[in-house]
Amino acid sequence: MNLLRAIGLLLLLTMASLLPSSAAEADLRAIIAKFATATNFSATEAVVRELATSGDPAVERPLSALADGNLYIRKADSQVFVGKEAGDGIEVLDPLSGEKAADAAKADLTKIKVNNSLRRVIRDALGTLTLRAKDASVRLAAAATMFKTPGAANIEPLDAAIAAETDASVKVLFEQARAASVLVSDKPEADKLAAVSVIAARGDRDALSLLTSVEAGAQGTVKEAASAAVSRINSTLALWDAGQNIWYGISLGSVLLLAAIGLAITFGVMGVINMAHGEMVMLGAYTTFVVQQVIRTSFPGLFDWSLVIALPLAFLVAALVGLAIERGIIRFLYGRPLETLLATWGVSLILQQAVRTIFGPTNQEVGNPSWMSGSFDVGQLAITWNRLWILVFALAVFAVLLYVMKRTPWGLQMRAVTANRRMAASMGIRTPWVDALTFALGSGIAGIAGVALSQIDNVSPNLGRGYIIDSFMVVVFGGVGNLWGTLVGAFSLGIVNKVLEPYAGAVLGKIVVLVLIILFIQKRPRGLFALKGRAVEA
Amino acid sequence: MRGNFSTITKMFSAGVIAAGLSMSVPAKAADDTIKVGILHSLSGTMAISETTLKDVMLMLIEEQNAKGGLLGKKLEAVVVDPASNWPLFAEKARELISKDKVAAVFGCWTSVSRKSVLPVFSELDNILFYPVQYEGEESERNVFYTGAAPNQQAIPAVDYLMSADGGSVKRWVLEGTDYVYPRTTNKILEAYLKSKGVPAEDIMVNYTPFGFSDWQTEVSAIKKFGSAGKKTAVVSTVNGDANVPFYKELGNQGIKAEDIPVMAFSVGEEELAGLDTGPLVGHLAAWNYFESVDTPENKKFIDDWHKFIKNDKRTTNDPMEAHYIGFNMWVKAVEKAGTTDPDKVIDAMVGVSVPNLTGGYSTMMPNHHITKPVLIGEIQADGQFETVSQTPGLVMGDEWSDYLPDSKDLISDWRAPLSCGNFNVATGKCGGKGTN
Repeated sequence: MNLLRAIGLLLLLTMASLLPSSAAEADLRAIIAKFATATNFSATEAVVRELATSGDPAVERPLSALADGNLYIRKADSQVFVGKEAGDGIEVLDPLSGEKAADAAKADLTKIKVNNSLRRVIRDALGTLTLRAKDASVRLAAAATMFKTPGAANIEPLDAAIAAETDASVKVLFEQARAASVLVSDKPEADKLAAVSVIAARGDRDALSLLTSVEAGAQGTVKEAASAAVSRINSTLALWDAGQNIWYGISLGSVLLLAAIGLAITFGVMGVINMAHGEMVMLGAYTTFVVQQVIRTSFPGLFDWSLVIALPLAFLVAALVGLAIERGIIRFLYGRPLETLLATWGVSLILQQAVRTIFGPTNQEVGNPSWMSGSFDVGQLAITWNRLWILVFALAVFAVLLYVMKRTPWGLQMRAVTANRRMAASMGIRTPWVDALTFALGSGIAGIAGVALSQIDNVSPNLGRGYIIDSFMVVVFGGVGNLWGTLVGAFSLGIVNKVLEPYAGAVLGKIVVLVLIILFIQKRPRGLFALKGRAVEA
Repeated sequence: MRGNFSTITKMFSAGVIAAGLSMSVPAKAADDTIKVGILHSLSGTMAISETTLKDVMLMLIEEQNAKGGLLGKKLEAVVVDPASNWPLFAEKARELISKDKVAAVFGCWTSVSRKSVLPVFSELDNILFYPVQYEGEESERNVFYTGAAPNQQAIPAVDYLMSADGGSVKRWVLEGTDYVYPRTTNKILEAYLKSKGVPAEDIMVNYTPFGFSDWQTEVSAIKKFGSAGKKTAVVSTVNGDANVPFYKELGNQGIKAEDIPVMAFSVGEEELAGLDTGPLVGHLAAWNYFESVDTPENKKFIDDWHKFIKNDKRTTNDPMEAHYIGFNMWVKAVEKAGTTDPDKVIDAMVGVSVPNLTGGYSTMMPNHHITKPVLIGEIQADGQFETVSQTPGLVMGDEWSDYLPDSKDLISDWRAPLSCGNFNVATGKCGGKGTN
């Protein structure tokens, strides 16, 4: 009896302690249940707003699930759940607690549809809710969202958040977000002027966007202050734009360098007009694809290493194919450039069609490892990670190649054969093998270029087509037979192209570059850095 | 050396011929079959898009044969490969009609390939079914356009972006590949936007070459254009291959669909297959069909397709639906005419109505364009589109745009007695001029 009473008391106590929160929870559940009856986007939006005004941090889970398209309605009983993909079915979780409720087949659930404007509303709502989050990066994201969607209602929570904030960098963003909200509110002019200067100090495109709209809407001194700030930001941004164009040029130059550097060996050093060069690049890209496929199915943890694993394999695959082409076709055609051109072009078609037959004509998905996704800012300059890594990679490949050519016995033999084949042969160098290995080296390097290019271009059988003309352009412009020429040629073409592009457009820009090259070749037929010696005349 | 080389060339040519033979279904000279020509590139740059259409045609023909054929005869597919080479399209079309004596041809993707075969079809009087969305400004007696005209894709898409649901867009970037379809479409869109009161400084038009891969400058220009304090959207007519690097750059530079949505007219399920769509969720496309459309017809079509191609991963797309509609219309028209004679079938085609895959009926109009619903879809993380907006009824294809000064007075009606593809209602004469 005593025991029973004790248990009863315990139960009562627990219930009492649960009661206040469960009342709020019941309210939230009632609101969430309305998702099931919302038939269009505006009805769903009304439910989202209602959830947001509750101000309860618990609504973050259902709201972010909704934004990600993971909120479902169970057809049988119209209950709302958060869904998580599990194999063929979906694991359904409680929308508030996140505890597993049941398993369900996809057909039993209806996904709640979201569109862009709904996602925006959810993002704003989450921004206000996550101002006091523990994680500083979440607070940063919240501040960024609130900056973009200012509103008079934001000022109060922001004031509270600023007072509580300890992290200086987050605090600055909070203050900017507050200033943005002040500008759209009906606060006195002095406050607004202060806000304009806070935002002007930020000095980026978002600030410019906001101040431009303030300038259009305001009157008197605020308008003057805003327009002064706009013109100041515009002039600094113009400088950054110039810097940005140079960076884009360097980045394009690194892509050109990667594509052309293998050709600088096969065409530049050996003098073989290799039309199948682009297909070696493509083979490298497809090797990356195959490596990623294997990793995805068997070793998902290694995905970030996929490119590192693909590099040697791509080199090997392309080098072997190159070796086969040299031994099988090109060695019969040395000294006959026209026939080589036709034969290698034929090879390129065969390789393309072979890849198309094996992998299908559609694009293959090659993913970016996490360290190659996204971007970071240097001042007002957004630098994307994949472009930066490609630049680093291109320079590394160039350095290694330069070392091989200048510092190894094999490089010496290569240069000897190029300079004077018969003399080299008399000195005991097996020129046919040097030829074959040089061609394999050039092809292999094209293969590893393919690994890098798979990160920015589509992996399709036509991948190589896009690079072959540019590669020849770079090698001819830089000077046939000179690796440094290829380096300088690639970067100068890249920069000229990207500096012209904003003014002339991509199409005209490319034409202007081509015309400039034609004029240049008229003046200096051997390119920027001509190789001196008798080899060129031969 | 020379001897060696000539053996190599012989090997080459033998290989090429063998490859060519293996591609075309051997054409038997049998009278008990009706031949259907399939004119899609199976090699070269366009193979990426067109090979799928060849496969879907083979599937449709196989299904029709399983149902007992047509007019008591079996259908036989004649596949040729015009290799993405525009003049070769005309040669292969001529070969299909004169040598193989096909009853109708299903083919072409790019506008330039269609323009290249037009004279052949009118000279030899045969039928072409063209399944791809295009720029309009054309109506030929021998061609049936089962893809979308600009008013069945571009204009409803822009209307959606201007609506509250689409984000009430005020500033527009028209980004395209530099050839006839984007240029004409953008001309129509520019005129349309201006007629809706969008000032010229809020429209930016930019073109890039085919296969363009370095989008850094363009994407940052879009960012810059979008930071003028007004809601901005990009309308993209960027073609096939250039899309993947474009979207990759958008994702990497952090342009979110909530801030600057990109509405694409040439990006379908097939193009997204080569992309990680995680960062692209919410970007849009306008088509008349999405694989995700939930109808029994579509489910059956997708199942049949997976079974036929023996790969559950292969997607379906809008031009495939266009061939599905076009083929069924042709079958119905042949049954109606009781003959495969192209002249009679052309007359029987107008008014034929068949079910489409989005749960309605598509009808062939007198201007040789069809009625279709227009769907706006948002890209999802799984590479599919989710329909966020759909026109309330079917939209009839308008071949001569009302927004271009040269074509606004033109109409097309291939029924007797008018029988004219470019009738000028202002002058009352047949033979107005289009813009291209």
